[in-house]
Amino acid sequence: MTTRNSTLHNTWHLGIKEFHSLLGDWTMLFLIVFMFTLSVYADARAKPESLHRASIAVVDEDQSQLSTRIIAALQPPQFIVPERIGLSDIDRSMDAGLHTFVLDIPPNFQRDVLAGRAPALQLNVDATRQSQAQTGTGYIQNIVNDEIRAFMQRHRSTAAQPVQLVERAMFNPNLDAGWFGAITAIINNITMLGILLTGAALIREREHGTIEHLLVMPVTPFEIMLSKVWSMGVVVLVASSLSLQFVAKGLLGVVVPGSALLFGMATLLYLFAAASIGIFMGTVARNMPQFGLMAILVLLPLQILSGALTPLESMPDVVRWLMSLTPTTHFVSLAQAILFRGAGIDVVWPAFAMVALIGSIFFALALHRLRNTIGKMQS
Amino acid sequence: MNPATGPAPGTTAPVDHLTAVRRPAVRLLDVEHRYGDTLAADHVTLDIPAGCMVGFIGPDGVGKSTWLGLIAGARQIQRGKVEVLGGDMASAGHRRNVCPRIAYMPQGLGKNLYPTLSVFENVDFFGRLFGQSRAEREERIADLLASTGLAEFADRPANKLSGGMKQKLGLCCALIHDPDLLILDEPTTGVDPLSRRQFWELIDRIRGRRPGMSVLVATAYMEEAEQYDWLVAVDTGRVLATGSPAELRERTGTDTLENAFLALLPPERLGDHTPLTIPPLDAGEIVIEARDLQMRFGDFVAVDDINLQVRRGEIFGFLGSNGCGKSTTMKMLTGLLPPTRGEARLLGEVLDARNIDTRRRVGYMSQAFSLYGELSVRRNLQLHADLFNLPPAEAEARIAELAGRFDLAPVMDDIPEALPLGIRQRLQLAVAVLHRPDVLILDEPTSGVDPVARDHFWELIIDLSRKDGVTIFITTHFMNEAQRCDRISLMHAGRILASGAPDELAAQRGASSLEDAFVGYLAEASGVKLGSDGRSAEPSASDPRTHPTGGEGEAAAGASHSRPPRFSLARLLSFSMREAMELRRDPFRLTLALLGTVILMLVMGYGISTDVEDLSYAVLDLDRSTASESYTLNIAGSRYFEERPPLESHADIDRRMRSGELAMALEIPPNFGRDLARGARPEIGVWLDGAMPMRAEVARGYVMGVHAQTLTEAVAAATGSAPAALADIAVRYRYNPEMRSLIAMVPAVIPMLLVFIPSMLTALGVVREKELGSILNVYTTPVTKLEFLLGKQLPYIALSMLNCVLMFVLALVLFGVPFKGSLSTFFIGALLYVTATTGLGLLMSTLTDSQVAAIAGTSIGTLLPAIQFSGMLDPVSSLEGAGAVLGAIYPTTHFLDISRGTFAKALGFGDLGGAFIPLLLAIPVLTLASTLLLKKQAR
Repeated sequence: MTTRNSTLHNTWHLGIKEFHSLLGDWTMLFLIVFMFTLSVYADARAKPESLHRASIAVVDEDQSQLSTRIIAALQPPQFIVPERIGLSDIDRSMDAGLHTFVLDIPPNFQRDVLAGRAPALQLNVDATRQSQAQTGTGYIQNIVNDEIRAFMQRHRSTAAQPVQLVERAMFNPNLDAGWFGAITAIINNITMLGILLTGAALIREREHGTIEHLLVMPVTPFEIMLSKVWSMGVVVLVASSLSLQFVAKGLLGVVVPGSALLFGMATLLYLFAAASIGIFMGTVARNMPQFGLMAILVLLPLQILSGALTPLESMPDVVRWLMSLTPTTHFVSLAQAILFRGAGIDVVWPAFAMVALIGSIFFALALHRLRNTIGKMQS
Repeated sequence: MNPATGPAPGTTAPVDHLTAVRRPAVRLLDVEHRYGDTLAADHVTLDIPAGCMVGFIGPDGVGKSTWLGLIAGARQIQRGKVEVLGGDMASAGHRRNVCPRIAYMPQGLGKNLYPTLSVFENVDFFGRLFGQSRAEREERIADLLASTGLAEFADRPANKLSGGMKQKLGLCCALIHDPDLLILDEPTTGVDPLSRRQFWELIDRIRGRRPGMSVLVATAYMEEAEQYDWLVAVDTGRVLATGSPAELRERTGTDTLENAFLALLPPERLGDHTPLTIPPLDAGEIVIEARDLQMRFGDFVAVDDINLQVRRGEIFGFLGSNGCGKSTTMKMLTGLLPPTRGEARLLGEVLDARNIDTRRRVGYMSQAFSLYGELSVRRNLQLHADLFNLPPAEAEARIAELAGRFDLAPVMDDIPEALPLGIRQRLQLAVAVLHRPDVLILDEPTSGVDPVARDHFWELIIDLSRKDGVTIFITTHFMNEAQRCDRISLMHAGRILASGAPDELAAQRGASSLEDAFVGYLAEASGVKLGSDGRSAEPSASDPRTHPTGGEGEAAAGASHSRPPRFSLARLLSFSMREAMELRRDPFRLTLALLGTVILMLVMGYGISTDVEDLSYAVLDLDRSTASESYTLNIAGSRYFEERPPLESHADIDRRMRSGELAMALEIPPNFGRDLARGARPEIGVWLDGAMPMRAEVARGYVMGVHAQTLTEAVAAATGSAPAALADIAVRYRYNPEMRSLIAMVPAVIPMLLVFIPSMLTALGVVREKELGSILNVYTTPVTKLEFLLGKQLPYIALSMLNCVLMFVLALVLFGVPFKGSLSTFFIGALLYVTATTGLGLLMSTLTDSQVAAIAGTSIGTLLPAIQFSGMLDPVSSLEGAGAVLGAIYPTTHFLDISRGTFAKALGFGDLGGAFIPLLLAIPVLTLASTLLLKKQAR
């Protein structure tokens, strides 16, 4: 039998063995199922609407029809029912973090508005709670302005704006954060399981001493590594495709304009890179706990800084440059392009090429490291 | 009454040299213990005499270890009564009182030792647990190390010791507190004959000094058991017989204890056990040859100038002390390790580690089980047939053949993990011969296997050699097995001392047995002096002054065995010190603890940013008038936006938005300028990339702001006065006026990281000891659960505070976040908080059974509540339902208030007092829960 055939043959049989081993590992199976079902669902649902139950208090020094109208407009679900506090309570309430917003309506507010004196309302915002502060301030400004305008319309007509701004959000018309949450969860889980499953498969061989046995059999490190990469890659690919189809599209109703096939191909290519990282980590860690600790240090930066959670352009240049060396960043950008924006291969091919290039480098590095260390993995 | 099963109290009398009959040291009354369906103790009633050496003999897995664990108080009693040293071991009070009088050395080489601690530190730790003063400890340790020959290795870490040395160290640790009852579970399994002999001499000497001490030993070596005073023969959880070795031999009419035991076994347990016969060897050509084989690891020469030749069909035994280079030599002969110098030849060809074809000619069986424990027996065989490229039909026939020959047919679909060691070893052998290799290399294949199973194994080996002409290269510590080899080599410290047929070697040395010859060679090579009877001479260190003996000794022992205090700070601190030492020597955990915090702080500080800047956008200007240009210039001027080359068409918008190049596209309609001038209210289209809703929302806010400003300015320019607004909303961004993401995030990241990392590190603490076996020391020493837990927690609290300071400095210096409030409030809050989070880790650790489960459990138990429910992104007041409840009690919520309050809001104790109360409450609740959940005994 030729070497090439025997490589294929061995890689195939060793890969099949990985499936059987995985089937016997209930913890890992549970993790895979959990990650691609409940965790995706929870991530989609946990992302609250942009503003939800923001806590607000009002100091109503005016006690007028207009001030009552404004206060009545600040309502759940965006806000809790505003608490009325005194002027002197503002600092204490903000310091203790009881309220994110305190709106102060000054005395004679309604009178001054009617008189066209453009009086000032004061909105105190706890800017340490940044995300709520940002969106909430916009909401409150709009609500207050709308109420004043509506109130005034009964008294006099106001001029319409000379230019109208019409905004439309493409790809996610209602800016539903749940869509983003679900797809991001799937992307992040692909990274996590791609790395963890292959790394753990190698560590398992090492901890159980089976690596020593593999070494006396007619198999090469290349075959050992490739067999783990393809088998675990197939597991993650199948799990993520099912999750996309049934959890994201089916259960959560996410509209995915892109081609599932193209995304599958991208995933497979990326898993080749992620699995190589897993193998590399598996050669460094001596046992499962060390591998677990290392995984935390590697996975968190990959997930948080790859552009999957927050936009890349708001990160410092050094971080962006460093992250562009990881396959995850390119995978995230092409996954978002395909899944959210329905991009085709004509648009995403540069990212494909980068994932393939970086993946090959990681594979070569991991294989080199495996060849050098596999002899020392014996008990 | 049948004398073989009647251990009535009176039967202790035959131990006639113990004339001073005392109360039995141990009484078992109708004890039953089960693991699932397996009975490890089947209504055992037994009195064990005090002051003598008692052996438990029997095959593997019949319950010996369980019995010893029950007697030591390390295992929880299920049914029946266990009385040890005059009290009931079911009572926690009695256990606490007698544990200073009991020493227990569990099975497994160095199982209850701490691998990264040195020899001295290990013994010292045990001394501290028994409340000995520094001077007392030093004196005792010096004495123990001198008499065990470990003195010169005092600074060597326990994991760098050979098997024999580990066992001696284990004994030192057990003897540090002068026990009255010493329990040894298979102390010499896997230990070479010289070390074994030294070990028993040591026990003899100690017994000489402390004649009142009872010693209970479980052993698989019948030769050793011959020397004991009194024996308990055990099978399937029951007592077969008790009595002195001579009595047992007499009762069964046999000449050796091994045969006596076989005679005691019920016939159905024996199977077709027949004495082994070895047909004569018809040796063929040379198959294995080593020429000047050498292996160096750095400066250390593991194997030096090995020369040997083995012929076809020969059974070649390779014997040597622990760690002498046997396994390394074997790995060079299989091609697993390339030699530093010299060469190994197989059938005349030089072995090359990379040559796949040589692997087809060699079958190798490693010391530890190295097949897939999670795959069935059949699948393991099938996988190997596949990898060795056997055609399917042939593979099936071969597997069936091996199943029959190795007696594996009944277990073909079982998982090896669930099978007894003897069957697993047969499976390993079956796999090793599956591809019909010319050579079989077997590394201690019978270690830990009971005598009956060992004989079955040898039948197979002899069969392979004599019938199939397979050349066998085997290592063993059993001399009766070595006796069966055609030729043997004795190895020590990397060199071969002697080679030849077993009988020749014994004759050359003038020894009566192969064992004596072997011990003689080893002793000579390692410079151990032997007495005239072949025993090593008493070391001079045994000065009676330091070893209280007789009545005086009893009194002294009585004093040191006074009731241990219920709570001892010294014991607590001894755990802290040990944990700190172990942590310092574990680069992985230390890196995670220190570097991990820095890395994650950078990642989270920069990554969880809600600032949106430099949004890329482009304009599709269908008007190209002065009005449209002045409008777009305003947007280009904003720091939030970054302009890209203009768009050409609607299709262009589509394409460039799709590729992710643009976050926003503006479309200015044709005739915009004209319509504007006419007051026809033209509409500008804004396309936002909704893929990231958060970014889209922020972008929308920005563009609306710029739009409004543009209009105001345009009107102002046209009319010369600002338009009248109805009202003005003055927004005061308090605490962070510029709305900088870092000022909001960094004080939140510190509480996040002070929950993840401290809890993760602590979580590995208890469960690691459970996995490695050193938790036994908690079961069998006077340490209380509270002392153990708090002792383990202290170093992590200290480390976490160091982390806290590190992050505080990073926040100020690197991130430039100002600190406005009270320093003491922040750090006292941090101290309480890390006490709570390390407590959370301990709780996870007591709940789980493996380190991996602890890591997973801690991740789930900290990440989700800390990120989602503690107010990092959305305040707790915005939560509803279970999330709100969890948020209210979770410690992170409260330290987050303290951190933000002190960093940004310039607050102190007076303002933040409310946040301290939940933290103060969480600490005792967590500690109490861990204490209640931790078991002081194994199940």
